[in-house]
Amino acid sequence: MPVVQVEGVHKRFGAVEVLKGIDLAVEGGEVVAIIGRSGSGKSTLLRCINGLEQIQSGRIEVSGHSIDPSGKGLRELRKDVGIVFQSYNLFPHLRVGENIMLAPRIVLGVSKAEARSRAEETLAEVGLAERFDAWPDNLSGGQQQRVAIARSLAMRPKVMLFDEVTSALDPELTGEVLATMERLARHGMTMLLVTHEMGFARRVATTTVFMHQGKVWEMGPSERIFGAPETPELRQFLGGGLK
Amino acid sequence: MGFQFQFQPVFARMDALLDGLWLTLQLAGIGILCGALLGILLAMLRGLGGRATRILVDAYVELVRNTPFLVQLLIIFFGMPSIGIRLSAEQAALSAIILNLGAYATEIVRAGIESVHRSQIEAGLSLAMTRWQVFRHVVLAPALARVWPALSSQFVLMMLSTSVCSFISVQELSAQAANVESETFRSFEVYITVTLIYLALAILLRLLLAGLGAVLFPAGSGLGRLRGQVGR
Amino acid sequence: MIRQFTQSEFLFILASARWTLLLTVMSMLLGGLLGFLVALARTSRLAPLRALAAGWIGVIQGVPVLMLLFLSYYGLALAGFDLPPLIAATVSMALYASGFLGEIWRGSIQAVPWQQWEASSALAFSRPQQYRYVILPQAMRIAIPPTVGFLVQLVKNTSIVSIIGVVELARAGNLVNNATFQPFKVFGTVAAIYFVICWPISLLARRLEGRLHARRAG
Ligand SMILES: Nc1ncnc2c1ncn2[C@@H]1O[C@H](COP(=O)(O)OP(=O)(O)OP(=O)(O)O)[C@@H](O)[C@H]1O
Ligand SMILES: [Mg+2]
Repeated sequence: MPVVQVEGVHKRFGAVEVLKGIDLAVEGGEVVAIIGRSGSGKSTLLRCINGLEQIQSGRIEVSGHSIDPSGKGLRELRKDVGIVFQSYNLFPHLRVGENIMLAPRIVLGVSKAEARSRAEETLAEVGLAERFDAWPDNLSGGQQQRVAIARSLAMRPKVMLFDEVTSALDPELTGEVLATMERLARHGMTMLLVTHEMGFARRVATTTVFMHQGKVWEMGPSERIFGAPETPELRQFLGGGLK
Repeated sequence: MGFQFQFQPVFARMDALLDGLWLTLQLAGIGILCGALLGILLAMLRGLGGRATRILVDAYVELVRNTPFLVQLLIIFFGMPSIGIRLSAEQAALSAIILNLGAYATEIVRAGIESVHRSQIEAGLSLAMTRWQVFRHVVLAPALARVWPALSSQFVLMMLSTSVCSFISVQELSAQAANVESETFRSFEVYITVTLIYLALAILLRLLLAGLGAVLFPAGSGLGRLRGQVGR
Repeated sequence: MIRQFTQSEFLFILASARWTLLLTVMSMLLGGLLGFLVALARTSRLAPLRALAAGWIGVIQGVPVLMLLFLSYYGLALAGFDLPPLIAATVSMALYASGFLGEIWRGSIQAVPWQQWEASSALAFSRPQQYRYVILPQAMRIAIPPTVGFLVQLVKNTSIVSIIGVVELARAGNLVNNATFQPFKVFGTVAAIYFVICWPISLLARRLEGRLHARRAG
């Protein structure tokens, strides 16, 4: 059974339909990249999978928890879904370690010692073990983003969502975040990521999804999507604009 | 102008003034504590509650902020007994102080809460926190840090406004000043003295609140950096 | 004898609002003038002037308005003036306003980007010319919303002058209450009139503030 199952999802903002019937399945251990033009609905899809946006119709199921338009069972689902945003959104009033420990403590109810060891473990995973006591705004953007990844990982999610996590970063900081994600993928994390880093998507993602006008326009193995795009829209997207 | 200042008769009644000062301190202390808590509570309810809650809280805030403290005091002091609730002058005064400060504090804390960016709330929610947990752990502390100076100013204003309670003969500092004045007839000297006491009190309270701010939101911490970013 | 709270009592209270308004307008004008000087002194290049203005603001904002009222009332009498209470009331409210407006306007003047000083210096403006043509026009736009907001505080604080016998709104309410013993009705009416005066001003202040922010952001 797939970890993430999206079926016939429609999402409207007022009168504007942003997602027009999305079907998507992500198997355990799979890395799925979502690419597409600005405004094609990529972020909205991720936010729906995390329940940050309510869907009008369709069904989303993550490791056995489903959300429907009523929005029930959200918290259970969110425990299994980590999301990392473009703007890192660390809590400015908490130190790095506290940022990571907070949700395991109050949401999962783990002991302080357990939360601490989870924080140390995930910080080490993103290569920031020594910044446990730092304040978020003393870190570089790339470091903050890695802490945000660690914060999500500490919840031991079944799937991680990444929404253009390197877009706000200077080019020289992008690499360290991408490397972190690549390591995560190698360790078997199920990942769904929106990205403009085509090289990264092609190398790391098993599957790539091209979204266009609120629909899954084309999808398949990354090699095929980048090597032999079928639709003219995808060809134009890959050919124009991006290196 | 053969007028000579004579402070001795006033100083001779310092005991009365100190009694008044003590009551002023009590009114201000309890009033600030309870008023601040009321403000935080209502700002929170307004944020988490539904439309009806929001309208009710806003109505309370607007009503209080657009009528004089004195009139609020008179309504409570004279009005409550007429509907069968007996209040001593001190109780009426304290109620008025709490209700008044509560409204201003609600407004200030609300501004602080709204200054916390939506993305912070979404980050909390996406970590499976409940709305209450998000408020408690993600929103509240930064919100309070941001508006601490504005809140502090309001506390000082409220402390000074306790003087109005003399209108319903609560024997706080201003009322005692009037007593001493009628005994000594040294009006100007009495009021200069009492004014200076208030001034000292205001300065001390500001220092205290600044100190408290430095403890609650220490410089160099994440909160310290947020301190005072939203104010009026 | 207990009277009823009738139309005539209501009209009496309503009519007394004119003293509240008059007092507000006079003390705003007088206090504004003084407050302007305080703001100029507070942003002056002369350190002693700055200290003096800072001290003034600190004192006015650090003492109850009620004490300013008593000090004005007894102070004017001591100085040998035999004046109606309304004058003492106006003086005290003006003093109060000067401290708060001075501080508001200091903030507005200092909110004008310092490059504006530099640019106008580069054009060889004199200091008064800088104020007149460059700084004050910009400071004014910033100052208007909080100044309007302060007006509400001023209206409300005039209620305390009832204690020296000026029959404005609060005092009128007290008189009627003493005669009718219907505190809810009477003070409710008084509160309603204050609200009708203050609320539109509050709304205006908020609108102006919103507009200013929109313009600065955009
Ligand atoms: N909260 C909202 N209210 C109204 N419209 C919205 C909202 N969020 C997104 N939209 C609209 O939905 C459409 C899809 O937005 P979305 O952010 O999902 O695009 P995207 O593919 O992530 O684009 P980008 O590459 O720029 O991030 C856009 O037209 C956007 O304007
Ligand atoms: Mg997006």
